[in-house]
Amino acid sequence: MAAEGELLEVAMGPQHPSTHGVFRMDVVLDGERVVKLKPVFGYLHRNHEKIAESTTYLGSMPYTDRLDYFCSLTNNWAYALAVEKLAGLQVPERAEYIRVITAELTRLQNHCCLIGFLLQDMGALGTPLMYAFREREKILDLFEALTGARMMCNYMRFGGCRVDLPEGWVQEAKQVADEFPRFLDEFERLLRENEILMARTQGIGTLPKELAVNAGVTGPMLRASGVNYDIRKVDRYGIYDRFDLKVPLGDHGDVFDRYMIRVLEMRESVKILQRALNDLPPGPIIDPKAKLRGFRPKPGEAYGRIEAPKGELGFYLISGGSPNPYRYRVRPPSLINLTILEDMCLGQLVADAVIILGSVDIVLGEVDR
Amino acid sequence: MLGEGIIKGMTETARNFLGSYVSKHRLVTVQYPEERLPPKEAARQFPFLVYDGDDWRKGLRCVACQICEKECPPQCIYIRKSKDKKPDYLGKAQLYPAVFDIDYSVCMSCQICVEVCPFDAIKMDTEYELSTDNRFEGLLVHVDQLAKSNEYYRRIHPVEAAETDGRLAGQKARAEAKTKADAEAKVKAAATLNSAAPTPTP
Repeated sequence: MAAEGELLEVAMGPQHPSTHGVFRMDVVLDGERVVKLKPVFGYLHRNHEKIAESTTYLGSMPYTDRLDYFCSLTNNWAYALAVEKLAGLQVPERAEYIRVITAELTRLQNHCCLIGFLLQDMGALGTPLMYAFREREKILDLFEALTGARMMCNYMRFGGCRVDLPEGWVQEAKQVADEFPRFLDEFERLLRENEILMARTQGIGTLPKELAVNAGVTGPMLRASGVNYDIRKVDRYGIYDRFDLKVPLGDHGDVFDRYMIRVLEMRESVKILQRALNDLPPGPIIDPKAKLRGFRPKPGEAYGRIEAPKGELGFYLISGGSPNPYRYRVRPPSLINLTILEDMCLGQLVADAVIILGSVDIVLGEVDR
Repeated sequence: MLGEGIIKGMTETARNFLGSYVSKHRLVTVQYPEERLPPKEAARQFPFLVYDGDDWRKGLRCVACQICEKECPPQCIYIRKSKDKKPDYLGKAQLYPAVFDIDYSVCMSCQICVEVCPFDAIKMDTEYELSTDNRFEGLLVHVDQLAKSNEYYRRIHPVEAAETDGRLAGQKARAEAKTKADAEAKVKAAATLNSAAPTPTP
């Protein structure tokens, strides 16, 4: 028992249900207020970057699935984009559309999961998470029908995609996309006006605009702080220039804004998805120049980045002309968004530190790599 | 009014709860061991080897080229080539795998072995209930357990198998046409040789 005025050090994690994996927060508490917080990570380190330097370019594609295991298809895309830049491959029209469709489905299911987990961290045990998982399940079924796996999809290839859409897939995807707004309405009715939720989230864990930019935070977290920065709009990679994309922005940068930004982003994603499914052209799905075996891009370097559901996901590759990259580096959004955790938690209650961490949206597979 | 939002949320929960009695959309749980969802065509679990005909020893398509062993990212395949040769489905004498082991405990179901195989010899199985009480030998599967018939492959992946069968039939037809053409050319060459031979050169 700490005496009056004495500080208490607590190690939250690595086995703590609120840390979403093996992550530790060393917090120093004054009563219930956080005065110091040190994030400790590395418990799930799997040497991904070094392994990728010793396997072939194709061989690291399935390993990218395991970075952020909720969004394997966007990870695939970011890696394929970097290699395509390196090797100068052209992606056919149909493959670009399929990539947009799968990436937006991934965004839907990731945000779905995130808001479910965030609400669970706040104490809404089970119910919202189960509703979110029910919807996520439909999207995972689509992934299984297309790629053969529900989570570890390993679907994109350099210069296109692995297989074409199976028969009837587009209709099923359209149905899922059309039904999704109904779920979002239901979800908002469930908790948006909830007084307890508002009391727990509004004004908690505020991240000012300037600090967010300086810390290199990207993705929904940055946009919740009011910075208009979406790589789909800035880079217009793939075929995102053809879609009329609205970027929702928050203005307080607190946990509530981060929660709402995800809901609004899902609504935008549904629109992109419906457009892409309607415009899907026929044609080949892979660049005929793309080689599966004996792939050796010429020496050079490339950085491919996309707007993954969690933020800017980038792959930096240096090729020495051999079958495996000379240097392979991942820019994980989760890790960089996590570095700002202490600044958001200082002065807050220890129970709020849990939901602030939840609103950052981390996956430890990506943080530790 | 304070608490209005909570009541609104509760009505939503109530609607879901009562709806689960009438609407299939709201009751999606499957009671797993008793009930099962229909398998997906594209589903993949672990690789197996395809053989034609009835006897896997005769009909195995694998020619022990070791491409899958080389390309496998987690290096879970081990192949030892045979010393002798035996005819493959085209009638050409080929090597066969004397040892072909896959460590299922290491395999990550990425399907790269299937993609790189030029002989359509290795395919993905959909069997997922593989638990065993021996974590070493139990998951290290040998060629006799890996070999499964083409009929089985057709059953689990009908669309994909039809495509593969068509491709192999095309290869076979081309190979047969080629051997026939070669034989005819040989006969012709012999005939011209014969007809040319008797021309007397005094």
